[in-house]
Amino acid sequence: MLIELGHFALALALLVALAQGTLPMLGAARGNAAWMAMAEPAALTQFVLCGFAFASLMHAYIVSDFSVLGVAENSHTAKPLLYKISGVWGNHEGSMVLWITVLSLFGAAVAAFGTNLPRTLKARTLAVQGLIGVGFIAFILFASNPFVRLNPAPAQGNGLNPLLQDPGLAFHPPMLYLGYVGFSVAFSFAVAALLEGRVDAAWARWVRPWTLAAWTCLTLGIGLGSWWAYYELGWGGWWYWDPVENASFIPWLTGTALLHSAIVVERREALKSWTILLAIITFSLSLLGTFLVRSGILTSVHAFAADPARGVFVLMLLAVAIGGSLTLYAVKAPAMDGGGVFAPISREGGLLINNLLLTTAAATVLLGTLYPLIADALEMGKISVGSPYFNAVFVPLMTPLIILAGIGPLLAWKRADLNGALQRLKIAGGLAIVVLIATWLMNGGDALNLAAGGGMALAAWLAVATITEWISRVQGTAGLSWERMINLPRSAYGMTLAHLGMAVLIVGVTGASAWKAERIESLKPGEYIEIAGYRVTFENAQEVPGPNYRAIEGRYTVSRDGVTITTLNPEKRTYTQPPQQTTEAAIYTTGISDLYAVIGDMDGAEGAFVTRLFYEPFVPCLWYGVLLMGFGGLVSLSDRRHRLGAARRAAVLNLVPAE
Amino acid sequence: MNRLIIATAAILLSTAALAVLPGERLTDPTMEARAREVSQALRCVVCQNETIDDSDAELAKDMRVLVRERISAGDSNEQVVSYMVQRYGDFVLLKPRMTANTMALWFGPFALLIVGAFVVARRLRRPATQVAEAVTLSDAEAREVQAMKDRAS
Amino acid sequence: MTTTSAKRWPFVIPVAVIAALIGAFGKRLLDVNRGDDPHLIPSVLLNTPMPEFDLAPLPGREPGLATRDLKGSVSLVNVWGSWCVACLAEHPTLMALQRENAIPIQGIAWRDSPSASLAWLAQRGDPYARIGQDPKSVAAISLGVTGAPETFVVDATGVIRYKHIGPITPEVWQTTLAPLIAQLKK
Repeated sequence: MLIELGHFALALALLVALAQGTLPMLGAARGNAAWMAMAEPAALTQFVLCGFAFASLMHAYIVSDFSVLGVAENSHTAKPLLYKISGVWGNHEGSMVLWITVLSLFGAAVAAFGTNLPRTLKARTLAVQGLIGVGFIAFILFASNPFVRLNPAPAQGNGLNPLLQDPGLAFHPPMLYLGYVGFSVAFSFAVAALLEGRVDAAWARWVRPWTLAAWTCLTLGIGLGSWWAYYELGWGGWWYWDPVENASFIPWLTGTALLHSAIVVERREALKSWTILLAIITFSLSLLGTFLVRSGILTSVHAFAADPARGVFVLMLLAVAIGGSLTLYAVKAPAMDGGGVFAPISREGGLLINNLLLTTAAATVLLGTLYPLIADALEMGKISVGSPYFNAVFVPLMTPLIILAGIGPLLAWKRADLNGALQRLKIAGGLAIVVLIATWLMNGGDALNLAAGGGMALAAWLAVATITEWISRVQGTAGLSWERMINLPRSAYGMTLAHLGMAVLIVGVTGASAWKAERIESLKPGEYIEIAGYRVTFENAQEVPGPNYRAIEGRYTVSRDGVTITTLNPEKRTYTQPPQQTTEAAIYTTGISDLYAVIGDMDGAEGAFVTRLFYEPFVPCLWYGVLLMGFGGLVSLSDRRHRLGAARRAAVLNLVPAE
Repeated sequence: MNRLIIATAAILLSTAALAVLPGERLTDPTMEARAREVSQALRCVVCQNETIDDSDAELAKDMRVLVRERISAGDSNEQVVSYMVQRYGDFVLLKPRMTANTMALWFGPFALLIVGAFVVARRLRRPATQVAEAVTLSDAEAREVQAMKDRAS
Repeated sequence: MTTTSAKRWPFVIPVAVIAALIGAFGKRLLDVNRGDDPHLIPSVLLNTPMPEFDLAPLPGREPGLATRDLKGSVSLVNVWGSWCVACLAEHPTLMALQRENAIPIQGIAWRDSPSASLAWLAQRGDPYARIGQDPKSVAAISLGVTGAPETFVVDATGVIRYKHIGPITPEVWQTTLAPLIAQLKK
């Protein structure tokens, strides 16, 4: 019964979204205040309805109501509660309901917190948000219905893919969706601004916190996914450049560019049409990621076999949302350019080059990801584009970006003194050179380690330059000033933290690619492998039961210089429903490097097991880097200016007629 | 959710195994190193963008074994790779070869960067006076804009 | 307003790019709906002689299968395994073809234990003329096989003329394979 109510709620949400998408829009065009005022209650109602639909679906999963098709196909009574819940979004239909719930959450948040927005802008923004809702609720109701009943209901469900039965992956999709869908707010603001025909500093100030929130969630979401891939898949890697990963990384790159260009609009009212374009593109790429790659609609033929209408629906939806907004852009944006003037060497100039590099990087990843598909469509043959391509093109684009990220923050707005900035970066530059040479020589002086030295030097450069910039801002007449440290805006701290996070991340990327060591041996009890100074001894393997699986658990003792440090217990699990095997790596971390153990099949009759060990130097730095970046985003988000400043500006702005 | 598709394929093709197994390896370390280098350039044809060196799929394992057999038989790395390409096409290469069909892939990013740099350079040199001009619309354009607005709302 | 239009064109680029992309997706979609699976890799071996292999028979079920056995008449070479669910779906069609004497079907028992293969055939019927066992994918890889079942149409001179990926259904047989084979037999 509850599930029918959920279905009904979603149908109602469609009607509400339709009202939210049209009336306020017309109201804003005609100056009808009552129609514009519809936007907020509609957005809040839509959230309540979508939230109820989502909750009803979740309830069906929690109580294992197998009369619901999706539950029967994806759940099982023996599954732990957490995975019953995460099973809701472990399939296409359920993940769509999560998507729309997050969308309505953001709509409601704009309605609730955007109290200082000009009336027409707010009405139009919420209307666009409503129109997106119309498209996707209709998609759920007509082409991806999760509320379908199954009659007769089976006694037991098919279970969830065991790879997804993991805490990292339970939270990864919601986080990622908060990021993806969060960019819808920037998109709606951009389309609303195009309709309004004006973009100014206040607009950028309203958009930036939403973009920051989305960016922070996306950063953490991608990080969670990578962490999961690292410890769950048992291959010792953390990034594979596969289409699903790229789909989340491309909007991250353009979103990062948007975050930076919005600063220019906010401070200098320049780069306006470009920022609008970035806002549209970032959400468009999120849509592309969600619907074409993540849901497997274009990569998996089975999605079509089930329902060919689904693909057509998605494509039309994308055509209307992306094509429509970009057409509007082509018509209205030319009138928006102009604004603050700046010299080539200035903060604005630096941010412009940052945007050039980030968007080129995004376009490159997009090109590599879609190329096989494009080549196929144009009948140029089947080809593959894998990590060797991405590494070869991506690194040359990122290197100048990192160098720039060290200099940019030290440049003044409008016109800057490059020599002066470089003077202040002497320590950073000197240290980077020392790191480069030291890393290179200490590791044998070969070509690989020259590249590794380059990576480490970049990290050192960015870290020291970032700290230098922070010091220059908090330095008083007599050394570091507490007062200045306290008065420095939180957004400045956000930038410092995020850039430091980037530096730490580079350390992780470089270390993990250059110095990873691997050993695979078949070990009998008592035999050992030596790797990176550790001796890993295989003690025994035993069968251990789990809630919905059986596991072979290996016991390995790790010692160094004869001193026992820890034991590692990797597992190889065989799930009962669906019947599938997974490997659970065991990781010993020093905080700077990981020792990573995987147990394989029994090998021969004497109790020997195939054992794979990785020594993963600096991999933890990847997670620290991501966390620092995310933390930077949160700190910046807490900046008072985003709230009070915007309110003050809005008050001034409301005195001026909107058009 | 990275490996879902592989995971489904894996049910059909294999029980979970580790990538390169001890028994597969060649005793000669230089040959083994060459085999791994070759394996890391070849795509597991039943997986999604994964090398045969990384893959758990049974077919990938057999391809690894074949790579080692051919290396032991005296083939050069290029010969082994072209043996696979003859049978599976360019699809089996994770790093696409430079051909007429992949020009756009290899040069696209740098072409974009150069075009972008050109646009940025022009923007940076633009004189201050151009700020507010070109905002006025002709009647036809104004009608077009209105039509767009109507369509968009 | 020529000056304005000259400034306008860059703003049209994004929508033009996305239109082209959506067009490409759309074409892909149509291809898939027409039955062209984007995951299928067309054989690069079409119109080349069958690669050399010589596979041992299943114990007690002679003869095995070698490349030289494929010369002399048009035949199907079917790659299958007892572990393969889609092969089960295809099996009745192969049995029907054998009953009708439509074409000799040669089997490659891919990545299977001989006992499992034999049990499968004993239980469900044996549509094959010859069967070679390929436990280590030697023949499968030289044929560019990516999954089972896959079926090659080989002409009387031993040249590969077609590869069908996935199960042969009566429909596939009637619309695709039978006309091709009739033509090759001329």
